Amino acid sequence: MIEVLSTLPLNTVQDLGRFGARHYGVSTSGVMDPVAFTVGNVLLGNPDNAAAIEVQTFPFVVRFLADTNFAVTGADTAATLDDHDVPPWWSATAKRGQTLALRPPASGARAYLALAGGIDVPVILGSRSTHLRSEFGGFGGRYLQQGDVLRTLDGEGHAAPWKSGGLGVVPPSFALPATNGRVLPVRVLKAGEYDLFSAEMQERFWATEWKITHHSDRGGYRLSGQPLKLAAPVELRSYGLVAGIVQVPPSGEPIIQLSDANTAGGYPKIAAVIEADLWRLGQARLGSFIQFEEATYEAAVEAMTPVTDYVARIRRTADLYRSL
Amino acid sequence: MSSAVMDTLRPRRATVTPERPPLREPKVSSIGTRALLLEAPGAFELCLQKRIWAVAHEVESWADVEEAVLGVTNLLVVFSKPPRDLLATRAALIDAWHRLPEKAVSGRIHEIPVIYGGELGSDLAAVSAYSGLPREEIIAIHSAGEYTVCAIGSSPGFGYLHGLDPRIFMPRKTVPSLRMLKGTVTIGGMQAGISVNTGPNGWNAIGWAATPMFDLDKTPPCLLAPGDQVKFLVERIEL
Repeated sequence: MIEVLSTLPLNTVQDLGRFGARHYGVSTSGVMDPVAFTVGNVLLGNPDNAAAIEVQTFPFVVRFLADTNFAVTGADTAATLDDHDVPPWWSATAKRGQTLALRPPASGARAYLALAGGIDVPVILGSRSTHLRSEFGGFGGRYLQQGDVLRTLDGEGHAAPWKSGGLGVVPPSFALPATNGRVLPVRVLKAGEYDLFSAEMQERFWATEWKITHHSDRGGYRLSGQPLKLAAPVELRSYGLVAGIVQVPPSGEPIIQLSDANTAGGYPKIAAVIEADLWRLGQARLGSFIQFEEATYEAAVEAMTPVTDYVARIRRTADLYRSL
Repeated sequence: MSSAVMDTLRPRRATVTPERPPLREPKVSSIGTRALLLEAPGAFELCLQKRIWAVAHEVESWADVEEAVLGVTNLLVVFSKPPRDLLATRAALIDAWHRLPEKAVSGRIHEIPVIYGGELGSDLAAVSAYSGLPREEIIAIHSAGEYTVCAIGSSPGFGYLHGLDPRIFMPRKTVPSLRMLKGTVTIGGMQAGISVNTGPNGWNAIGWAATPMFDLDKTPPCLLAPGDQVKFLVERIEL
């Protein structure tokens, strides 16, 4: 059990997402960085989909109301447990009364606070994720506020406390590096209306270093750069969306639809971000730059292997360490 | 995909009845590795939507299909993992489109009382100006129509309604209303709708309905379902 001592808007309870309710018009919600989220649960021996807190505004401070194993993954938030530093991507045991503080990250955008057992909020349409716009799911359908008390499943501290200082893992930014430069490469597959764009516009799509504007959020990233124009405007009949789809609205500046996107839309679609790169986008900061790279279907499928291998290695280590 | 399904996947010619020209090929495109979009060819026709309903019904039984998401004359098939044989899966979708008969859905009939015009129907004057018809006639035409729910999507419980009289078609706005109230009765191009969330909206507001479209305490939570019929009743007119 924890109490929120300090928070800013937009920190919510999330799991992997509300899949299977799109046909009700209900967007999937769910974490923006499924790798960081999953690793937090794996470190704790939780089910992979146990609900955690997605922290995207800082500082975020909680007090433990019972001895609890916790994990902090995702963006490096220079976390502290009372006066002790908590390394990034680390799991440890907090004593009742201790305070955990997450600070504005130097890199990355979102951190995940997972608790042993997972956060106990109702399952709605198959998920514990917060659907902010419709005000349901998660903690009362809203973002967390000072004074909120969150309980965990399976009673308090069901997991044995870590015997030593805890267990950490190599962050995926090191284990699965994408780039050392200032522009994040994002692999995509072409989508339905790619061929409607002229050769010049197609070239521009690939060559541009797109900036993630400040009008970006969990719903989608709005990019800025030289606009992509169609010879004649295209309005499609509404079709279902998935996270990662890159649409080009009439303004010509692409939008990447993400976790909180509506379930349907009508803008032309030029590409879709491959699953293996979605978590990197979830950690991309407002104002940073991305560049699209074309992937083949086979390469896009294969690109998930290093990600699943990384999580599998952590699972083996954590299970072993826990059994010692 | 199960072998039982695969057995039906061999390319075949479309079933053509003498009275009817052959259907044009639908378009199938990938959205990432785990979604395929099937789009009916040509202009909107209700018969195309009925074929989409039929395909949706069938693919829901395919292995590895996480969800079949209906759109307006299109269907997004979301897979739980990337299809091993993408070409065969695409072919199976096209085959289902040609093979399956239109799905006749005898849905429920919903009568929805509407307060037309006034503050919550603030685009009625614009629709009147665009169509050249007086506001009273817009209301008469809109409330005389019978609408078919093509799909639920975009926001929780939102129904894309087909059946709008072409005389009151009205293009979506270029600058959306910033805070349109939940329950607003709208026209977007050739489609009608009832908004389900308060927020930005590019459709044209002509009235307001109190009927809740989405209620988590009910199963299913959506009032409308694909194939249902909607009739709008004039509760009050505010001009």
